[in-house]
Amino acid sequence: MLNQLTISELTTKLAGREISAREIVQSCLDQIARVDGKIHAFISCDNQDALAQADFVDKQITSGSACAQKPLMGIPIAVKDVLAVRNQPLNCGSKILGKFISPYDATVIEKLKSAGAIVFGRCNMDEFAMGSSTENSAFGVTRNPWDPTRIPGGSSGGSAAAVAAGECIAALGSDTGGSIRQPAALCGVVGLKPTYGRVSRYGLVAFASSLDQIGPFAKNVSDAATVLGVMSGHDLRDSTSVPHPVPDYSGALNGNIRGLKLGLPREYMIGGLNAEVKSAVDAAVKTLSALGAEVVEISLPHTDYAVATYYIIATAEASANLARFDGVRYGARAEGNDVLEMYGNTRGAGFGAEVKRRVILGTYVLSSGYYDAYYLRAQRVRTLIRNDFLRAFETVDAIVTPTAPTAAFKIGEKSDDPLQMYLSDIFTISCNLAGICGVSLPCGFTRNPQLPIGLQLLGKPFGEETLLRIAHAFEQNTAWHEKRPLL
Amino acid sequence: MAEPQFNIHYLAHLARIALTPDEETKLSAQLGNILGYIEKLKELNVSNVEPTAHAVPMINVTRPDEVRESLSCEDALRNAPAKANGLFIVPKIVE
Repeated sequence: MLNQLTISELTTKLAGREISAREIVQSCLDQIARVDGKIHAFISCDNQDALAQADFVDKQITSGSACAQKPLMGIPIAVKDVLAVRNQPLNCGSKILGKFISPYDATVIEKLKSAGAIVFGRCNMDEFAMGSSTENSAFGVTRNPWDPTRIPGGSSGGSAAAVAAGECIAALGSDTGGSIRQPAALCGVVGLKPTYGRVSRYGLVAFASSLDQIGPFAKNVSDAATVLGVMSGHDLRDSTSVPHPVPDYSGALNGNIRGLKLGLPREYMIGGLNAEVKSAVDAAVKTLSALGAEVVEISLPHTDYAVATYYIIATAEASANLARFDGVRYGARAEGNDVLEMYGNTRGAGFGAEVKRRVILGTYVLSSGYYDAYYLRAQRVRTLIRNDFLRAFETVDAIVTPTAPTAAFKIGEKSDDPLQMYLSDIFTISCNLAGICGVSLPCGFTRNPQLPIGLQLLGKPFGEETLLRIAHAFEQNTAWHEKRPLL
Repeated sequence: MAEPQFNIHYLAHLARIALTPDEETKLSAQLGNILGYIEKLKELNVSNVEPTAHAVPMINVTRPDEVRESLSCEDALRNAPAKANGLFIVPKIVE
């Protein structure tokens, strides 16, 4: 089945004219038709448009233009419902956007398309990327392909589940506090959050602007490197994107990690860490050490303050960013007797519970009299958290941790307790506060039920090459990434 | 630890979100719980620490001052809930 292959396998076959782009796309659409009733990774999927894109690629290949060399030629890539794709719906998993149709392409979408990718589908997500389980979507929950009674993680749960279930070859997500890495871990795929500024956010609906990054989901590290290379780069339309040149990420995967120094933060060995997760991560560290990496214990002393810091900064920024959803320029409007009533009714009817909770919390921490005590204090603690990492990276090349404290939990298990849900992001949140890069890759399974476990590698700012090289070396010496759920 | 003080009705008004009485009750309890947890930041002495607004600060970012393509009026109005004569229609604001 073509949908089970990787980017490198498919582009080779396509360039050799063994297969057509239409056949690749059709195999993904067939898989969606077969399994998505059970998984619900997609909110919608424009099959005709995907096939038309495939036919266009096939025509280019037949006409012999040089496009067969493009890195993502004919590769179907699914998109989280938070990124603008011209003439496709955009809902952010919310009711408030109504029948919104994007008038333009996000920069990452332009880049994927010009690299030959077939951009398709709207992957389900927690509303406005606020959540860790994809239960907060106005379009229903997404189920974990390894066990449909469990959550796929979040907020990019649809993207992770779609890759794990073979409904696409790769996918895009966004990561504000772990929203790529945590669902990648829980679904058994590779997910990467680039360094802040590496990838343009133009066309990404903003949640928390000082934390958001767009990143890839893939079946293996090499595919993630290929997609990252295409997505990255400076963009005049996002003033936070950096002008640094984009390295050859695929070329960095040389298998050699001899002499690299890896740090194990002692603060991550918390009480809530599941025993099977711990032993899988311990075994992964042994593998990395056997490959020649030097492993040392390090300290990130302000780890315990990361979740509290995050929920002040992220909600404050969200309360400002989501002010634009007011029923004036787009989306669903609820009428009122005056403009204030219209705003209140529109937002009261359009936002779900978690979004209301966070916007109101963000409003509180920014409000007169509380700004210094909450928001400014959190920004100061953010400096301490960032300094912890910068200090650690003076002695180590990367940091190794579990991605999440447990494997996928049951649907409904944490939905009535927001604080417990927030604490499931405990290992991923600091990375966004510090602005560094991070990747999650499969490193084992729990025994009964069999659920994937993720290994997280955190790297220096703009250290994606080293991170991917370590991840790739690990993957070459293990077989976890080859396991697929039975559907 | 002192219980944080907030008036949910007033906050919802500031956030421009109309809440039902049930939502107010539930949110109030949940926010109290979350704010209680957030109080732990007060354990740290941060008086001599500079705040971080962005992890990778970029200062005075400009682009060449050139005319470029932008959204057409038609595209900008395409998703409007109410429009006429190339404009967004909103409830009357000025008395």
